[in-house]
Amino acid sequence: MHEMALAQSVLEIVEQTAREHGARCVTGVRIEIGALSHVEAEALRFCFDIVMRGSVADGARLDIEATPGAAWCMPCAATVPLARVGEACPHCGSYQLAVTDGGAMRVREIEVAGARERERATLQGEA
Amino acid sequence: MCTTCGCGHTEARIDGKPIRDASATIDSGRTPPGDAATGSEYRYVRVLQGPGSHRHAHDHRARLHHRADGPGHGLRQAGEGGRDATRDTDIGATTQDTATHAARILSVERDLLAKNDAIAGANRRFLADRGVFAVNLVSSPGSGKTTLLVRTIGAWDRRTPIAVVEGDQQTSRDADRVRAAGAPAVQVNTGKGCHLDAQMVANALSQLALADGSLLLIENVGNLVCPAAFDLGEAHKVAILSVTEGDDKPLKYPDMFRAADLLVLNKIDLLPHVEFDLDAAIGYARRVRPGIEVILVSARTGEGFADWIAWLERGVTEAGSRRANTADAPDPRVAATESGVSAAD
Repeated sequence: MHEMALAQSVLEIVEQTAREHGARCVTGVRIEIGALSHVEAEALRFCFDIVMRGSVADGARLDIEATPGAAWCMPCAATVPLARVGEACPHCGSYQLAVTDGGAMRVREIEVAGARERERATLQGEA
Repeated sequence: MCTTCGCGHTEARIDGKPIRDASATIDSGRTPPGDAATGSEYRYVRVLQGPGSHRHAHDHRARLHHRADGPGHGLRQAGEGGRDATRDTDIGATTQDTATHAARILSVERDLLAKNDAIAGANRRFLADRGVFAVNLVSSPGSGKTTLLVRTIGAWDRRTPIAVVEGDQQTSRDADRVRAAGAPAVQVNTGKGCHLDAQMVANALSQLALADGSLLLIENVGNLVCPAAFDLGEAHKVAILSVTEGDDKPLKYPDMFRAADLLVLNKIDLLPHVEFDLDAAIGYARRVRPGIEVILVSARTGEGFADWIAWLERGVTEAGSRRANTADAPDPRVAATESGVSAAD
């Protein structure tokens, strides 16, 4: 379950980014996961909620952007789509493929609550 | 969900149909195999957390809040009606959102493994500076990794110094076996962890007094999934598959076999007793990793060890010569990938 380790990486990146921008509350995290990457989206989602608990991103929404895989096919001399490692070229059936895209596991952006939202939260807390 | 009004959280859709988890916003889709020849098999399937099905005080069509694919609802993920969408990079709109809603989108663009890869890079430089050839042995539990190591230490016969990093969840049993075979070993216990990472290996390297020109064998945690993702700074990952396992394992766990540069098929002394199709296994491995080298061994009888030791010797020699002229040496993994693809069937 290396998704737990990856979720920890997400937290480190989120915390560092929030700190750099002086944000105290992260409400959303958007992650790109390539079809050929080493991560199972649902497992990451499960771990994300647990790992974010008690952090600046406690309760943050996780948006996962799934990007397709691609490979260079030698016989076709072209870039072809590849859904999974071990599948053949959809055009010529060859396995002479070098993966070129779809391996990303990347935090693309985070959504942080700004000052106004914090003020409202403070007011609600005092009420 | 919209952070301003809370709307939209029950309206998630994929291709216009409700999905079981409203928070599961984006997925990828592919046309059925029969349509594969028509081109553009892939599409983004974007989820609609869209406007229009509920009422409240603000205007859903307004760009600053409920842009159809804008940050007002989530992180710009919503596609109008589940249509195909290209990535929104309209930072200007994001800034306007800040002013209106006090919620900001911050661009990050950082790889999840960036930290691990940076440490792995430092490990690789550390090893290269000392002319050490390091291999990362990966397999499922029970493939015979430790038996292979013990026999390798004996067969290596102190050609060069040899050292071992042992990864297991618990116990120092494997390191004890390796030390008994005559090689210094550091045991890394990962606890609940399922793989070695670069930091663990960095810690282990600081404890091993590695002599220049050593052979370093890193035995990863027995697991055919997780270790594939983590670069440790090794020269090569070596996948070990035993003939008592299924010959279709390369297809079932492709990430690991794709990450490997050498496949060692172990326990070949048992071939007469098991249903294991050697050619099929090698063929499957070359589907996921074109051109992967294969060596057949039995760690029990020593069969095939001449090939295995010769492969390790070549690596040690190359690491030594690279150390001699590090300035213009190409990345060995890049070279291996290129030759692997051109050598594929």
